[in-house]
Amino acid sequence: MIVNWVATFFPALVQTLPQGADYVRILPEIVLSVFGMIVMVLEPLLDEEQSQKILGLIALVGTLAGLGATWFMAQSPGLAFWNMVQVDEFSVFFHVLVIAIATVVILISYEYMAVQRIRAGEYYALILFGVVGMALMSSAIELVLIFIALEISSISSYVLAGFRRHEAASAESSLKYFLLGSFATAFFLYGVALMFGATGSTNIDQISQTLQSGPIPLLAFVAVAFMFVGLGFKVGAAPFHSWTPDVYEGAPAPIVGLMSTAPKAAAFAVLLRIVFVIDVHAIFYVIWVAAALSMTLGNISAFLQNNVKRLLAYSSIAHAGYLLVAFAAAPGPGISAAMFYTAAYAAMNLGAFAVVSHFANAGERYVTLEDYEGLGRSSPLLAATLTIFLLSLIGIPMTGGFFAKFYVFNAAMKANLIWLTIIGVVNGGVGAYYYLRIIVRMYMRESRKEVPVMPVPFALRLALVACLVATIYLGIFPNSTLQYAQDSAQRLVWQSSFAPVSAEPGTSGTLVKIVKSGI
Amino acid sequence: MSTDSLSSIILTLVTFAPLAGGLLLMLLPRRDRDIRIFALVISLLTFVLSLHLPVYFHRAQAGFQYEIDKPWVSTPNIHYHMAVDGISLWLVVLTTFLTPLCVLISWKSIHERVKEFFILLLILETALIGVFTSLDLFLFYFFWEATLIPMALLIGIFGHERKVYAAVKFFMYTMIGSVFMLAAILWLYAHTGSFDFVVIREQIAGGAVPGFSAAAQWLFLGFFLAFAVKVPLFPFHTWLPDAHVEAPTAGSVLLAGVLLKMGTYGLLRFNLGLFPEQSRHNAWWVMTLALIGIIYGALVAMVQPNMKKLIAYSSVSHLGFVVLGIFSFTQAGLNGAMFVMLAHGISTGGLFMLAGILHERRHTYEISEFGGLANPMPIYAASYLVIVLASVGLPLLNGFIGEFLVLSGAFQDKAIYGILGATGIIWSAVYLLWMYQRVFYGTITHPVNNTLGDLSGFEKMAVWPCAAAALVMGVAPILWLGAIDPAVHAALTPFVQVVGRVVGP
Repeated sequence: MIVNWVATFFPALVQTLPQGADYVRILPEIVLSVFGMIVMVLEPLLDEEQSQKILGLIALVGTLAGLGATWFMAQSPGLAFWNMVQVDEFSVFFHVLVIAIATVVILISYEYMAVQRIRAGEYYALILFGVVGMALMSSAIELVLIFIALEISSISSYVLAGFRRHEAASAESSLKYFLLGSFATAFFLYGVALMFGATGSTNIDQISQTLQSGPIPLLAFVAVAFMFVGLGFKVGAAPFHSWTPDVYEGAPAPIVGLMSTAPKAAAFAVLLRIVFVIDVHAIFYVIWVAAALSMTLGNISAFLQNNVKRLLAYSSIAHAGYLLVAFAAAPGPGISAAMFYTAAYAAMNLGAFAVVSHFANAGERYVTLEDYEGLGRSSPLLAATLTIFLLSLIGIPMTGGFFAKFYVFNAAMKANLIWLTIIGVVNGGVGAYYYLRIIVRMYMRESRKEVPVMPVPFALRLALVACLVATIYLGIFPNSTLQYAQDSAQRLVWQSSFAPVSAEPGTSGTLVKIVKSGI
Repeated sequence: MSTDSLSSIILTLVTFAPLAGGLLLMLLPRRDRDIRIFALVISLLTFVLSLHLPVYFHRAQAGFQYEIDKPWVSTPNIHYHMAVDGISLWLVVLTTFLTPLCVLISWKSIHERVKEFFILLLILETALIGVFTSLDLFLFYFFWEATLIPMALLIGIFGHERKVYAAVKFFMYTMIGSVFMLAAILWLYAHTGSFDFVVIREQIAGGAVPGFSAAAQWLFLGFFLAFAVKVPLFPFHTWLPDAHVEAPTAGSVLLAGVLLKMGTYGLLRFNLGLFPEQSRHNAWWVMTLALIGIIYGALVAMVQPNMKKLIAYSSVSHLGFVVLGIFSFTQAGLNGAMFVMLAHGISTGGLFMLAGILHERRHTYEISEFGGLANPMPIYAASYLVIVLASVGLPLLNGFIGEFLVLSGAFQDKAIYGILGATGIIWSAVYLLWMYQRVFYGTITHPVNNTLGDLSGFEKMAVWPCAAAALVMGVAPILWLGAIDPAVHAALTPFVQVVGRVVGP
C-alpha cells in the first residue's frame, strides 16, 4: 500500500518541483551562494594573513563565475518558480551591474584588508551573500520575495558597515544603519501587506492587472507610498537620507563604495518595477518632491563637509535625487535613463571610493580635505584618476556622469517636467563646487602635513582601471548601453501590458497641471 | 590628397589635432625643452591646417561649408555635425593663431609642471575650436563645458596669488550660467526631436514647434544667461577681472582672445539664429546693458592701479561694443561686431602678453612701479605702442574698423545708442594712453627698472605677429569682411530691417 501511495504521490511531487530551467534562471544567485559558503567553510582553516589572500581570491573567482552564470541565465529568459522570478533584459542588466560592482569591491578590498588588519572570512562571504540578495531583488516580481531579497542584502550590509570593529565610529555606523534600516524595511513590508489587502495579490504583474481593470483604490496608493518609504531609505533619498553620512563615515571605505552603488542599484530596480509596472499615478507627486528635496539637500549639505567620505555621502544623496527625476518622467525614457544612471554612477562613485580607501591608509586616518592637499604632486596618477571620477560626478562631457545627467533631464523635459529639470540642472551646476574643492586641494594647494601615499597595489590598480574604462566608455560611447536599457525598458513596460504609453505620467487632475505647468 | 577630400575632413583635423598632440604629449618624457618644442610644432601645425579654411572658403556663399554630419548617438539623436560659415571661420583661425603665440610667450615663464601646462593648453584649444565648429546643439554644449576644466586648471595651478579663488569663481559662474542653456537645449530637443541647429532653426521659423510661443522668451533667456556670463555682459562680469589678474599670461590671452568670444558668438549664432523675434523684443535692455558695460568698464579701467586689471576691464568695455553691434540688427552693426571680436582677440591678446612680459621681469603689475620704461626697453615700448593704438581704435589699425561699423550700426538703430557708444572710444583712448604714459614716459622712478632687458627672441616672436595682424586687419579689412558679410547677411534675413551692404562683394 505504501508502495502504491509513493507511486501516485511521487510523480505529482516531481511535477510540483521546480524544473531545470527554474534553476538556470537563478543560476547567478546559486553560484554566488556556493562560493560564499566555500569562503565561510575555509575561513577557520586559514590564519589571518592567508585568509586575506586566499579567500579574497576565491571570492573574486566567485563573482567572475557569477558573471558567467548571468550569461547563462540571460540565454533562457522567462518566468521561474511559479512566477516569482522573471529573467528579462532588465534583470540581466542589474545582475551584471551588481555582480560587477562586487567584483570591483573585492579587488579594492584585497589590499585594504591587510592594511586595516581585518579578518577576511566573513567579510568576503557577506559581500557575496549581499550580492545574492541584490541580484534577486532585480529579478523578483513577487513582493514577498523582493522583501526577502531586500533583507538578505540589507543584513549583510549592516554587518559589513561595522567591520572596522576597533573603531567606535564603525560600530556606531553599523548600529545606526541596522536600527534605521530595519525600521525602513518594516515600512516596505507594511506596504506589501496593504497592497495585498488592496488587490489580493503580491505578484507585481497581477497587481498591475488588477489595478488596471478598475479605479485605483486609495489603499493601493498608500501601499505604494509605504514601499517608497522603505526603498527611499535604501537609496538614500531625502527625506529618508539622514543615516547616510554617519554610516558612510564609519563604515570601511570599500564597503561604502559597495553600499553607495550596488544596493542602491538593486533598490532602484525594485522601485522601477513598482513605480512603472504597478502604475499608481499619484505616486508621481511623492517622487517629484523626494527628487527635488534630495538634490537640493544633498548638495547644500555637501558644501559644508570637511571629511571626504561624508562629502561623498551627501553627494550620493544628491545623485539619488537626480536619479529619482527619471522616475517622475514617462516610463520609456525614464526607465532607460535611470538604468544608465545607475551604471554610470556605479562606475564613477566606486572609482572615487577606491581612491579614497587606498589613500585613507591604516585606520582610515587620512580622510579630510586637508589630507588631500598636494596629492597632485606627490602621487600624480592617483590624483588624476580621482579627478576624472570627480569630473564625472560633476557631469563634465567625455565622462559617463555627463550622459547620465543628460539622459535623466532629457527624459524629464520630454515629460514636460520643466521645473524639476530646472531644479536639477541648477543643482548640477551648484554641486560642482564641492567636487571642485577636492580637485583644488589636490592640485592647487601645497601639502601642509606629511601624508604617506603608498604605491598602488596590483588589485586596486585593476579596480581603478575597470572603473576608469567604464566611466570614459559610457562618456564617449553611451549608445550600446543606452540601447540595451531602452530595449529592457520597452520590455518592462510592455510586460505590464499597458495601453500605449503616454508621455504624461500623471492624471489630468488640476494638481498635475499645477505641478507640471512650469513655463 | 586633393583639396576636395581634405575639405571634407578638415574641420575634424583642425579640431582634434591639438587634442591628439596633447595626448601624445602625455607619453613624452618630462624633458621640458622637448615638450615646449613639441607643443609649438603641434600648435603651428594646427594653425597651418586651419589656414585651409579661409583659403578654400567660398566667400560669396552664405551657408555652412566644410560640412560633416555623422550620427554619433542614435537615441537621443546626436550628430557629429560640424561646419563653419563666415562667422565661425575667423574665430577658428583666431584660436589657432593665438595658441602658438601662447606657447611662445610661456616658453620661459612656465618652468614648473611644464608638461601639464602644455597638455592643458592643447586640450583647451581643441575645446575652443569645437565650440565654434559644432552645429549640433549637444556637441556645442559638450565642447562648451569642456573648455571649463582646462581653463580653470590653467588659472588654478599656474596662476598668481589668489589663483584658487579666481579659478573656482570662473568655474562656478560659467557652470551655473550654462546649465540654463542645457535646460533650454533639452526643451528644444523634447519639442523638435533634434539637436541639429539647422533643423531646429527651420522648425522654429516654420512655426512647427508645439508650445514654442509660450516658452520662447524663457528659452531666449536660458541661452542668453549662459552667453552673457561668458561675454561678460554687465552685471555678470565680476568673475573676469579676478580670472584675468590671476591667470598665467597664456591663460589670459586665450581667455580674453577666444573664451569671451564664445559668448558673443553664441549670442549671434543661437540667440539671433533661433529666436529672432525674442531677440528683437529684448534688444532694448540687452543694448542698455551693453552700453552700461562699455562706459562702466571704461571708467573702472581708468582708475585701475593694476595694469592687468585695467586690460581686463577694457575687455568688458570692448565686448560691450560687440553686443551693441549684434543687437542693433543692422548689417553694419553685425559686421562690426564680428570685426571687433577678431580685433579685440588680437590686440587684447597682445596687451596681455606685453603685460606678462613686464610681470616676468618685475613680478608686479602695478603701474606705479614703472615709469620711463621707454629708455631701457625701446623695442618693447614701440611694440606696446602699436598694440595700444590698435586697441584704442586708431585708423589703419584693426580696432578702428570694427568700432566704426558697430557705431554706424547703432546709429542706424537709434541715435542715442550710437552717441553713448561713441563715448566709449574716447574713454578707451583715455585709459590706455594714460596708462602708456605712466609706464613708458617720464623719468625712471624705480632704479631697478634701469636694468630691465628688452624683448627676447621668443617674446618678439609672440608679440610681433599680433602687431602685424593688427596692421593688416586695419589696412585690408576686406580680406575678413568679404567672408563675414554674406554670413551676417544670412543671419539677418529673419530681421526685416536689413540695411544695405557696407562693403562690396
